[in-house]
Amino acid sequence: MMNEKLLYTGLGLLGVMGPVIFPEYTLQIAMLWMMVLMASTWDITGGQMGYNSLGNITFFGVGMYVSASIQVSMFYDLAQYTASYGAIKPVFTETQYFGGLILGILAAGFSCVILSLIIGLAVFGLRGPYFAIGTLGVAVAAREIVTTMETVGGGAGISMPFLPLPIEQRSLFFYCLCFALAVAAHFTIRWMFSTQFGLAANAIRDDEDKAEAMGIPTLRYKQVGWAVAAFYMGCIGAVFGNISGYIEPQNIAFPLPTFGIFMVAMALLGGKGTLWGPVIGAILFHIVKETTWTYLLDWQYIVLGIVLIVNIVFFQQGIVGWLKTKYPEKFGILVDRSGNVSRGDA
Amino acid sequence: MSENLIEIKNVSKSFGGVKANVDISMSVKRGAITGIIGPNGCGKSTLFNSIVGYHPIDNGSITFEGNEISHLMVDEIARLGMLRTFQQTRIYGEMNCVDNMQISVSHRPDSKDSMFASRKGEIRERAEHLLEFVGLYSKRNLISGDLSFGQQKLLEFAMALMNEPKVLLLDEPTAGINPTLINGLIDRLRRANEELGITLCVIEHNMRVIMNLASHIYCLSNGKMLANGEPEKLQNDPRVIDAYLGGH
Repeated sequence: MMNEKLLYTGLGLLGVMGPVIFPEYTLQIAMLWMMVLMASTWDITGGQMGYNSLGNITFFGVGMYVSASIQVSMFYDLAQYTASYGAIKPVFTETQYFGGLILGILAAGFSCVILSLIIGLAVFGLRGPYFAIGTLGVAVAAREIVTTMETVGGGAGISMPFLPLPIEQRSLFFYCLCFALAVAAHFTIRWMFSTQFGLAANAIRDDEDKAEAMGIPTLRYKQVGWAVAAFYMGCIGAVFGNISGYIEPQNIAFPLPTFGIFMVAMALLGGKGTLWGPVIGAILFHIVKETTWTYLLDWQYIVLGIVLIVNIVFFQQGIVGWLKTKYPEKFGILVDRSGNVSRGDA
Repeated sequence: MSENLIEIKNVSKSFGGVKANVDISMSVKRGAITGIIGPNGCGKSTLFNSIVGYHPIDNGSITFEGNEISHLMVDEIARLGMLRTFQQTRIYGEMNCVDNMQISVSHRPDSKDSMFASRKGEIRERAEHLLEFVGLYSKRNLISGDLSFGQQKLLEFAMALMNEPKVLLLDEPTAGINPTLINGLIDRLRRANEELGITLCVIEHNMRVIMNLASHIYCLSNGKMLANGEPEKLQNDPRVIDAYLGGH
């Protein structure tokens, strides 16, 4: 395999030392881990199973709203709270805040698991582009439904409870949550794909009809894969809502044109269907995004668009995919280099 | 236990105006090798697809070990222990041979395999043993899509054996395989039947193969069951000769 030790050391150092060395970039690096999580969990169905979902952002938004609702409604009447448009200035004690936050994040994760299992029953009957459009439809529908729900503030959103810690510790606290979630997601995925699950996922990608003919309960595998993605997307959504401090459906909870597309773009850039592709893709993408944001503000989306087009037209296998075809031995892949098509020695 | 593993009674299937199968009845004996022959387009593959649940049948009944299966889905039927191979060989082309084998383990309720089972140990040994059985051991770590067509056919056969099915439906196992390899394949089919106790049902165009292999043969023509019987009897049946074998 690739030099994984080096990658783990490098990323581990960045994860632990990053906010210490560059304290002013703490939230930036937190966002980096969030993008790594998004791309990696997207890849479970998108890369490894060939089910390109454009709707994983649904779980991000639903998780965010579930968590916010729980955090607020544990101590206030949610409808009154949101109807006051921020006039109620809540004061949360530390126990109230952290209790609500932990409960909120967990509830976000598990409610997204249940949601993904239910939606999965419907959308996993679709294949190829129809699945992509179907899941996109789910995300758009979720966004519109939340926009009309008055209890959670409708289009006006919810002001989140404020973290009862000194301001300079705030970034670091959320940074730790993001990093921990990304690491947990990474190792969950790594473990899953080291078992028979990984082979079944790839079998579904290569030939789903054959997989069914061999008796693999394909729907169950697809649902489980998506549920794991939904769990982590729900959790990170809950955390992001608290970082943001204020949530609303259109741009923060269900950001289809940004994070919804970015997570796919990042996985494609790094190489979909690989463990490290989405991680590397997310890091590169985030760097390009933030650099252009800082130095080429008006050009940011043009640069990102060019990266995307070059990636899709000329470089479909992505960085890790390209390395895999170039140096297959490093990845433990054997290629018959003799070139002669042997006719079987049976 | 009944002697017939699969019982097909009066099965009909049409696609629009095309009557692919009309009133077909046949049975597959437990432990035996049953053959199906007939001209191209006579409905053999449609019959296979009906049996394994690819499409609903219009009427009739299909039972497996005495239980009606005509309403079940493809993967449910496969988990009962009835497996099919494809005329156009189908393998998982981007995975290597061992991985292809390992994911082909039985998914029946009684099997030890679970969703997150380890890939090492006994399962890997069995995969390698079966690859050796079909003569692909030296290719075990190659990406299966890079194998030749004949080798892919062998791999597909080995994958089916990995699943330990009760009955295996083979759709033209020797099509596109060179003559020397065919002998090896026949030998392996027979050994799978005798040593592993797998009941076989084979669609085949190669008369030398099927007449040698099968103990009972059904001949289809224009979607109807034309004749059936022992190979010798069928070879001399004027209707079969007329419709299929050619009267020269």
